[in-house]
Amino acid sequence: MSRLGQYILFLGALFKNHESFKTYLRLTLDECIYIGINSIVIVSIVSVFMGAVSTVQTAYNLVNPFIPQSVVGLVVRDLTILELAPTITAIVFAGKVGSSIAGNLGTMRITEQIDALEVMGINSVSYLVLPKIIATVFMYPFLVILAGVLAITGGYLAAEFAGALSPADYFTGLKTSFNGFSIYFALIKSVAFGFLISSIAAFMGFYTKGGALEVGQSSTKAVTVSCIAILLSDFILAQLLLVK
Amino acid sequence: MIEVKNLTKSFGEKVILTDINAVFKPGQTNLVIGASGSGKSVLLKNIVGLFTPDSGEILYDGRDLITADRDMKTEIRREIGMLFQGGALFDSMNVEQNIKFPLDVLTKMPEDEKLDRVNEVLKRVKLENTNDRMPSEISGGMQKRVGIARAIVNKSQYLFCDEPNSGLDPRTSIKIDQLLHEITVEYQLTTVVVTHDMNSVMEIGEHIIFICDQQKLWQGTNEEIVHSGVEALEDFVFANKMMRKFKSL
Repeated sequence: MSRLGQYILFLGALFKNHESFKTYLRLTLDECIYIGINSIVIVSIVSVFMGAVSTVQTAYNLVNPFIPQSVVGLVVRDLTILELAPTITAIVFAGKVGSSIAGNLGTMRITEQIDALEVMGINSVSYLVLPKIIATVFMYPFLVILAGVLAITGGYLAAEFAGALSPADYFTGLKTSFNGFSIYFALIKSVAFGFLISSIAAFMGFYTKGGALEVGQSSTKAVTVSCIAILLSDFILAQLLLVK
Repeated sequence: MIEVKNLTKSFGEKVILTDINAVFKPGQTNLVIGASGSGKSVLLKNIVGLFTPDSGEILYDGRDLITADRDMKTEIRREIGMLFQGGALFDSMNVEQNIKFPLDVLTKMPEDEKLDRVNEVLKRVKLENTNDRMPSEISGGMQKRVGIARAIVNKSQYLFCDEPNSGLDPRTSIKIDQLLHEITVEYQLTTVVVTHDMNSVMEIGEHIIFICDQQKLWQGTNEEIVHSGVEALEDFVFANKMMRKFKSL
């Protein structure tokens, strides 16, 4: 519980004693490139295979002749938008970006770079962490949109080249009973997950004590705790927004 | 001038410093010495505001850092320059960016003026033409000098150094000590150096305080230190064979 309290105080410190807007803008743009653009490749690879595998496995399980093959497209679409794109990508993202944020801040802590900022009268939490959180919350929804599009494309590729079902059936399924709220739901989740990943990783890294070994431990903890927080908040958001 | 009054600090049950009083005057190099684990770095971190003391006062030209409101604290801290044990240079920035950093964040100086100021301090620490080098590409001694340049670039009034000679060879250590002393006199800085290096004590110790068993046991100059009559200090000063031989002469 004391850790949770410390985390809340840490979040409170983000908004105290700001530097200039220009400083934050520059730092946030740098972080957008580092966090967002540099994650495109891994997110793309994971998404295409995620969509392709979902298509093949759904088609494999759909053996009832009374259920049309187009249902595969519908299932893959909803699965991708509601769960795979925001949540599975978040777990991959926590592994890549979360560990990097925690490692970066942990190293800065043990090499006294954070103390150097504090001595200069700079709010180190705000200066170092706020741009990372803003950049993640801003960029992660775009990555989720990309992941969704590529996963559905991966499903099409599986239909076309693996022969799981005909591409025509797949497209028919994609267009059947589409509920636009699914997109909003995915984007709401992506904002929540982006915030959780960046803030938890930053918190773990910022309070690293010790040496190189502890920096590694902070990175591991950041990924573990972020994944648990993602899954927990995924359930809570689904319960709040989908259950009528 | 910095005044430390009745400063006490503990971590949980463990008392680190008890009732420390000290005055650090501008234009002279003030040294805080003591064995490893004696609490001298904790004292320094209390003085610069990285730790909050349990009780006592820390006055920067009459302004108490502990009771100051946030704006006053920020104002005081922006007059402080600090050289950390490992240099604490930002890994992602080159030498020029590291030194320019306080000017970028804390001032509204035009870019060309900032660059002039950076080159001026680089020249002062004898590191001209190293602007584009990364911290990982320069030696430990050079990193310390970049750290000093960063500490003084914003025309700080107070300079703190935590073990400035750690990891350096004796010759480079003396050069760093001399540089710190010259800068202190030239800019009339209030400089506080935490060290356990006897070479530094002998080279630049104009005002020394000795910390042992959580307390300030002695204060004086490098000329007085060899005749202090304080047993713990004599053990510290004459720790090696050569110094013991010197004492017996």
